[in-house]
Amino acid sequence: MISKEDVQKIGQLARLKLSETEVEVLSEQLSNVLKHFEEISKLDTKGVLPLITPSEIAVHLRQDEVIQEVAPEKLVANAPEKSGNLFKVPPVV
Amino acid sequence: MLNLKENNVDLIKASAHEIAQAVKSQKITAEQVTQFYLQRIEKLDKEINAFISINPKAIEEAKAVDAKIKAGQTVGTLAGVPVAVKDLLCTEGLKTTAASKILENFIPPYNATVVQNLKNQDAVVLGKTSLDEFAMGSSNETSAFGTVKNPWNPNYVPGGSSGGSGAALASRMAVLAVGTDTGGSIRQPAHFCGVYGIKPTYGRVSRYGIVAYASSLDQAGPMAHSTQDCALMLEAMAGQCRHDNTTSDLKVPEWSKNLNDQVKGLKIGLPKEYFAAQNDEDTKKVIDAAIAKLKSMGAEFVEVEIPLVKYAVPIYYLIATSEASSNLARYDGVRFGHRTDMMANKAKGIDELYSLSRAEGFGPEVKRRIILGTYALSSGYYDAYYQKACQVRRLLRDQFLDAFKKCDVMLNPVTMSPAFKIGERVKSVLEMYMNDIFTTSTNLTGLPGMSVPCGFSKNGLPIGVQLTAKHFDEQTIFNVSYALEKHLEKEVRTPHVI
Repeated sequence: MISKEDVQKIGQLARLKLSETEVEVLSEQLSNVLKHFEEISKLDTKGVLPLITPSEIAVHLRQDEVIQEVAPEKLVANAPEKSGNLFKVPPVV
Repeated sequence: MLNLKENNVDLIKASAHEIAQAVKSQKITAEQVTQFYLQRIEKLDKEINAFISINPKAIEEAKAVDAKIKAGQTVGTLAGVPVAVKDLLCTEGLKTTAASKILENFIPPYNATVVQNLKNQDAVVLGKTSLDEFAMGSSNETSAFGTVKNPWNPNYVPGGSSGGSGAALASRMAVLAVGTDTGGSIRQPAHFCGVYGIKPTYGRVSRYGIVAYASSLDQAGPMAHSTQDCALMLEAMAGQCRHDNTTSDLKVPEWSKNLNDQVKGLKIGLPKEYFAAQNDEDTKKVIDAAIAKLKSMGAEFVEVEIPLVKYAVPIYYLIATSEASSNLARYDGVRFGHRTDMMANKAKGIDELYSLSRAEGFGPEVKRRIILGTYALSSGYYDAYYQKACQVRRLLRDQFLDAFKKCDVMLNPVTMSPAFKIGERVKSVLEMYMNDIFTTSTNLTGLPGMSVPCGFSKNGLPIGVQLTAKHFDEQTIFNVSYALEKHLEKEVRTPHVI
């Protein structure tokens, strides 16, 4: 069960503004989905290490070298607002 | 439009291998091939809607391949082969949208490794194909740029999320297509569209430059008209990448040269749970025919048990949405992508900039998954949802590895039925998610899986068979696929657009 208040709060955590209707719909849909998903709580997983990377891959270490692959101008070219090579945002302090 | 049989090369039927050979031997130019396919797109895509954008430099790139050949330079294995690329992979200078409004105008400054690898083999990128927004969906109905139609019947979905790639191939608007697969997104549209598609082992192909959905599940893979083309294309795509630390350093095998259609003595596992599901009659018939054929060729069948697959959908959605909620945090209206109009919305401060830009840019399915994932990771729920799902994920992988002690490859349906109608499942979120019941385990366990077209339903929709093998054993999958392709008798059908 995920209440409308929960959805509101999660929306704030996710920095995602939700309308009243969206909150209502999401609360209903996700409660339904989570009810089904909660079936996994019945499974005994005591002492089981969580699996993150699914296939056996060796860790590759390399020298930490500075390599410029893409020019900074190209990297900031998609910014909605910029000043030179800097991203512009509203005042944060 | 060019003749179909330009200089004895039947462009509409030719395989990638044949096209590359014809281009190399100058029987035909890469430019002519590209022109032919661009004209097909021009003619057919109004109906199918498989492409989001066309590469304006395609002809120029094809001419460059021709120039190399004329100059006597060595060219790659895919010389002049027209490729459609899912619009989830970054293409330098060519718009990459992930089928989302939030990236509507995003022009990547670099190529994804997969795209670069294909270009290194002299393939020609025709354009970018549609998908479910951010690859989140199983029907292509969540694309911000309109639903893609299934070329076999335009009232049906092409599957998803690589539905644009599947539809482009089925209607022959491309010879090869790149797909990505997080929970079935190559295999399910390949099945719905009647083409071959493989999700390689996790770590086989670089994820660099692919718009991330769920990083521990995402893999790119080839979609094509034959086993050999899939193998050839994967050889070009795969390999270790310095930009993706999860890529394997194993040598990329020459799968296409090592194809073997003899399956005598091969042990094929039939997962009991997949056959106990409510598969429809047409699907059962096609699967049974494939099994009978392989049996007649000397393959041995064994029943295997993987009881935890019944939890695959919950584990998948908890893990995938958790990873997605973190990955999609980058769309903040600051560095790239959509930014809200602060003045018009009377928005103040950085938090409103974030939350409004995201609210305006993301579609409903993406929002749903961000909320679900953020919830599963949030304080008080992390242990019960995300952590628990990762633990069950390990148990599920162990069960698969145990089952593979009894067999070399597994065979089962891709989904319970062929393509469904547009709009049929959009109302029930859970029903849409359950569509992924047979495909998600492959991603959770990192195993390679392939969809092989094996027949048709009574109403003429394609049906595929899914093959799964051990980690990094794509060769066995390709061999079984090749055996089915060469020896299984099936109706000869083509979509009306061919």
